[in-house]
Amino acid sequence: MPKKSNPLQDDFRTEMAAEREALAAQLGESDTFGDKMRRLASDNKLAVFSGILIVIFILMAVFAPLLTPYDFDEMDLMARLAPPSAKHLLGTDELGRDVLTRLLYGARVSLAVGVIPTVFSMLIGVVLGMVSGYVGGMTDAVIMRLADVVLSFPSLLLAMVIMYTLGDGITSIFIALAITNWASVARVVRSETLSLRETEYVEAARSMGVKDMVIIFRHILPNCIPSLIVLFTLNVPSAILSESSLSFLGIGVQLPKSSWGLMVNMGRTYLYNAPWLSLVPSAAIMLVVLAFNFLGDGLRDVLDPHLKNS
Amino acid sequence: MEEKLLEINHLKSYFFTRKGVSPAVDDVSLAVPKGKIVGIVGESGCGKSMTAKSIMDLLKYPGRIVEGEILLDGKDLTKLSARERRRVRGEDVSMIFQEPMTSLNPVVKVGKQVREAILTHQKVDRAEAKRRVLEVFRQVGISEPEKRYECYPHELSGGLRQRVMIAMAMVCRPKLMIADEPTTALDVTIEAQILKLIKTLCETTGMSCLLISHNLGVIAQMCDYVYVMYAGKIVEQGDVFTLFDHPRHPYTQGLLASIIHLDEQRERLSTIPGMVPNLMHLPEGCAFCNRCGQAMDCCRTKKPELYDLGGGHAFRCFLPGESEASHA
Repeated sequence: MPKKSNPLQDDFRTEMAAEREALAAQLGESDTFGDKMRRLASDNKLAVFSGILIVIFILMAVFAPLLTPYDFDEMDLMARLAPPSAKHLLGTDELGRDVLTRLLYGARVSLAVGVIPTVFSMLIGVVLGMVSGYVGGMTDAVIMRLADVVLSFPSLLLAMVIMYTLGDGITSIFIALAITNWASVARVVRSETLSLRETEYVEAARSMGVKDMVIIFRHILPNCIPSLIVLFTLNVPSAILSESSLSFLGIGVQLPKSSWGLMVNMGRTYLYNAPWLSLVPSAAIMLVVLAFNFLGDGLRDVLDPHLKNS
Repeated sequence: MEEKLLEINHLKSYFFTRKGVSPAVDDVSLAVPKGKIVGIVGESGCGKSMTAKSIMDLLKYPGRIVEGEILLDGKDLTKLSARERRRVRGEDVSMIFQEPMTSLNPVVKVGKQVREAILTHQKVDRAEAKRRVLEVFRQVGISEPEKRYECYPHELSGGLRQRVMIAMAMVCRPKLMIADEPTTALDVTIEAQILKLIKTLCETTGMSCLLISHNLGVIAQMCDYVYVMYAGKIVEQGDVFTLFDHPRHPYTQGLLASIIHLDEQRERLSTIPGMVPNLMHLPEGCAFCNRCGQAMDCCRTKKPELYDLGGGHAFRCFLPGESEASHA
């Protein structure tokens, strides 16, 4: 059916839409999570692109063995420090190992280190932060001073101390990063809990005799989710960078395993005659970190109610 | 007098702030008979809500009950453990709040929020709980209960939200419902509906209601018995007809005089002069003496006691009654 255009009605329609939007903005709540994601997709191309890039990196890490004919520790001593070519797309290192292969396998370590300790640090931070904010008093003081101690320590130094105590290995990195990162999460969650605790619906729930634990997890936690998503996307890259730093310093992932930080460190010696050894993993780190940051920024813009009107 | 469901005796709830002690509820005694609606009226900050919160044990730090007893069916709530207190909340006594917009969690479906109240107190499975929620939804006049059950609060209008709140307060069949300014945030047509609903629910289920309001019209329509509060104290009490026809305390008289009558031609609206005194710096004598047109010397030095006029009518003032010469 051909669309009849009635300029008066069209005007009216746009007016109605504008009014609806203004009302929605005023209420600040009538758009659902899906609406927000659609707005993110249409307004922030950079965030969408970043999201896609992250997915590509994850897929590459997962399907690494299928994407490359080499093993990550397979040496080809005849082709040491070979520049990028058809046979070795990103060249080879000082022992003739394929750089692209090591990059793909390194992505597994780097992404795992980005996500797993962040999940744990957030779990710790969310639980401690909510308890701290909800219970208050002495409990709050103890937890928050503990967080202050962790935050006042240079985190890399703290991580190094933990790594030295626990020994090398990927599990130690997970533990070290989880311990150094929970404090900032706990602080954010605590402040959110403090304001949520005073809301009338928490009081209404209390007036119905609902248990404190149920109130914390059913009423307060879901209201913290937008901030948590944003925090997550901002903490992942910092964890990736920390792992890179630790591996670069030689106390993270050990050879012959591969991680991006380790690759940068190993390539450092050959920076003049084989620059791709360091530059390729550096670029990968940079891309992933930037992608997570852009995605986090985009998510914050649509999810954070405080920024809604700006 | 009828059998009392709730009896509060000499309740004192104070706030201990850095600047000093603020007696938000000061020696309040009141009673709610079974199946009746009792009103507390007074202006902002006079301790109405704090009395309600004391009953519900919802006082927040630095406020707490200093002394007094709150008897529900003869059981003193102030002596119960935190766990027993929690059981009483929601099951025996429930509360509806002023702001239906903010009293529901925006990220939880309303049906689930009401269901939570049942699941907290009764050992029933989720399907049974849902069935009861829908039944209560129907009872409080929510149309299409199945559809509303799945709604988020922002999808409902103010009136519907307040109905959901009432449903939540009703769902465990409490003996007493405290309504803290239940209609202040609603427009008049919805207000009338909600008030009618509360009244009908009380009549049909035999539930008692403690209605808190600053609106004398609402109180007159709804209540059987009225308490007037001022600066943390009850200044006058009586059944609704006596109180509105023969107000004795100058404050009650002032409140009634400041009601706007549309049929009167008036230049200015009648008000009570002055402001509510700071609870931390109350006058030495009667808390109302600085605003009272009939204040005498003794009002400034001595605190008046509650004077019983008989028939449940009492007021806290030195002024002689119409027939009595004086009381000391």
